[in-house]
Amino acid sequence: MSFFQAYKMAIKSIKANKGRSFLTMLGVIIGVASVISAVAFAQGSTKSITDSIQKLGTNLIQITITGRNSNRDMSYDDLKKFAEENSDVIAATAPQSSTSAKVKYGSTNMDTTIIATSPEYENIKNVHVTQGRFLLDFDLEYRQNVALVGTAVVNELFENRNPIGEKIKINGQIFKVVGILEERADGATRSDDDQIIIPVTSSRMVMKTSSIRNFAVEATSADKVDAAMESLKAFLLDIYKNENAFRVFDQSQMLETLNDVTSSMMIVLGGIAAISLIVGGIGIMNIMLVSVTERTKEIGIRKAIGAKRKNILTQFIIEATVVTGMGGIIGILLGFSIIKFVIGGLDLVPPVYSIPWALIAFGISLLVGIIFGLFPAYKAASLKPIEALRTE
Amino acid sequence: MEEHREECLLEHKAVQEGRGATLTETLIEIREMWKIYQINQLQVQALKNINLSIKKNEFVAIVGPSGSGKSTLMNMLGCLDTPTSGTYILDNEEVSNLSDDKLAEIRSKKIGFIFQSFNLIQKLTALENVELPLIYTGVKASERIRRAKLALEDVGLGQRLYHKPNELSGGQQQRVAIARALINNPPIIFADEPTGNLDSKSGVEIMNLLKELHKKGNTIVLITHDNDIANQAERVIRISDGTIVEDRQVI
Ligand SMILES: Nc1ncnc2c1ncn2[C@@H]1O[C@H](COP(=O)(O)OP(=O)(O)OP(=O)(O)O)[C@@H](O)[C@H]1O
Ligand SMILES: [Mg+2]
Repeated sequence: MSFFQAYKMAIKSIKANKGRSFLTMLGVIIGVASVISAVAFAQGSTKSITDSIQKLGTNLIQITITGRNSNRDMSYDDLKKFAEENSDVIAATAPQSSTSAKVKYGSTNMDTTIIATSPEYENIKNVHVTQGRFLLDFDLEYRQNVALVGTAVVNELFENRNPIGEKIKINGQIFKVVGILEERADGATRSDDDQIIIPVTSSRMVMKTSSIRNFAVEATSADKVDAAMESLKAFLLDIYKNENAFRVFDQSQMLETLNDVTSSMMIVLGGIAAISLIVGGIGIMNIMLVSVTERTKEIGIRKAIGAKRKNILTQFIIEATVVTGMGGIIGILLGFSIIKFVIGGLDLVPPVYSIPWALIAFGISLLVGIIFGLFPAYKAASLKPIEALRTE
Repeated sequence: MEEHREECLLEHKAVQEGRGATLTETLIEIREMWKIYQINQLQVQALKNINLSIKKNEFVAIVGPSGSGKSTLMNMLGCLDTPTSGTYILDNEEVSNLSDDKLAEIRSKKIGFIFQSFNLIQKLTALENVELPLIYTGVKASERIRRAKLALEDVGLGQRLYHKPNELSGGQQQRVAIARALINNPPIIFADEPTGNLDSKSGVEIMNLLKELHKKGNTIVLITHDNDIANQAERVIRISDGTIVEDRQVI
């Protein structure tokens, strides 16, 4: 009997037993789809957690200039130019001068932190406005006296009035409020909400110094942080000729947390994947054992009329492969649909389509399907024909 | 073991030579065959020291009470089961010690079965059931279909090619089984109570088919409860409690 003949016979048998073939396939479909969607859910959760940790600034590098150069200091333009040349590791840069200052609105006074920076600061530090606008290139170019206020400042100075468009005095200089910063610490004083952001070009009189000694740099990703730091150190050493004239540091604690979370999420992911593979595998195993065992009599008939053991086994391997293979493909499609419509629809975690996990689920299902389809077929085919015929 | 086998072969040859050229050739030769079923502590001796020989083109009926060992004997003769001890020479070949696959080959080339319960594959059509033995002997598809159709026409089922077994009457199912048994042109047909599940009219039809086959030169071994049916054979062997108690020619 040729392989082609065995294949035709297997297909005929699958078609002839539509109900049983469908049930077997259903077992595989459910197994594969549940593995894929469970893993996708775990991966999505991991991604959303690591993303939100990263949002806090794992990619952030701080530069502080402590020494002096005999010729000239590094300017923001120098840094910007260097960043553009190293765009593979550096995503963005912003000056970040800060000082504490007296702020006055009408007759109300308060002390707060002033940060003088550029529009890039918004994305590097993830500070956004809830009303009004952030700094614009225009503000820097034309030295506009505009300010963004944190919620603690709003509470303290403006009470219930809308601060947008109001004039405030910072260390005696008049600034117009153009935006309110997103709240980060419940509007508490001495928190991240207790600050005012102004353009770096308008800050000279406020800061009482012209040199900028702090910069924020964003690496292109968390794993590029080290490379970015190395290149920055080399760049600064070239300017200052002295390692002690500057400091370059990252958010190593934050990175550590990220790594911890990522590795524990990987364990969770592995556990979920393993459990769903086992559950799916047992389902496939059961349906294969049952569906092949109930065909012992058929195997007896085939043997009685001249089938050899290998004829029977070839037929059952092909049947199991075709049924589990088709079930596996449908299972992958169903799994991806669940990711798209259920996980995507619920919008709890971002949808992640993992081809490797789909292939693992498919491969293991196929393997389990073939082994547990073949095992009872092998047992039945090894019986004497009369013993197989006697079963009902 | 090997020695024993050779001995038997020699003995077999001697028997043949002794009979001389005028006697018809022996097809089935059984010596001291035992079949013992062991279920837990209980031993059932289903066949006790059976000696039997059947010649080519004989029509033999095996009769006996229920549980006497008729089916057990037929299963041994048909190579569906192996004896506990004893020798079985089928068509000049010692088969009691052959491998499973060798026996499958013998079944597909030399033996056709007709069972009381038909043993058709329920999900396949009449035509596909009849085709099946040809698949295992490697006949190509167009030839298979041609021959299976002819075989079904021969048993009067030319109009039922695409019916499934459960869409056929008992008599029709048994005729499908007969067509299947004959498709490889086996020299021997074993029929275990082929009319047991049929009404008398269908039973007569099946018997007529068997008689026709016998006329065409097939060797037929028929198991039955029914003395009327047994007496339509040439020779009747009566079994009781696992031993042959009578072996007579029908006049
Ligand atoms: N697989 C088996 N395991 C154990 N004992 C068996 C088995 N098959 C048959 N026997 C025993 O062997 C004996 C002979 O059984 P067998 O089926 O050959 O009888 P039979 O003559 O065909 O009867 P019937 O006319 O009812 O079909 C019985 O006692 C039966 O119980
Ligand atoms: Mg019986």
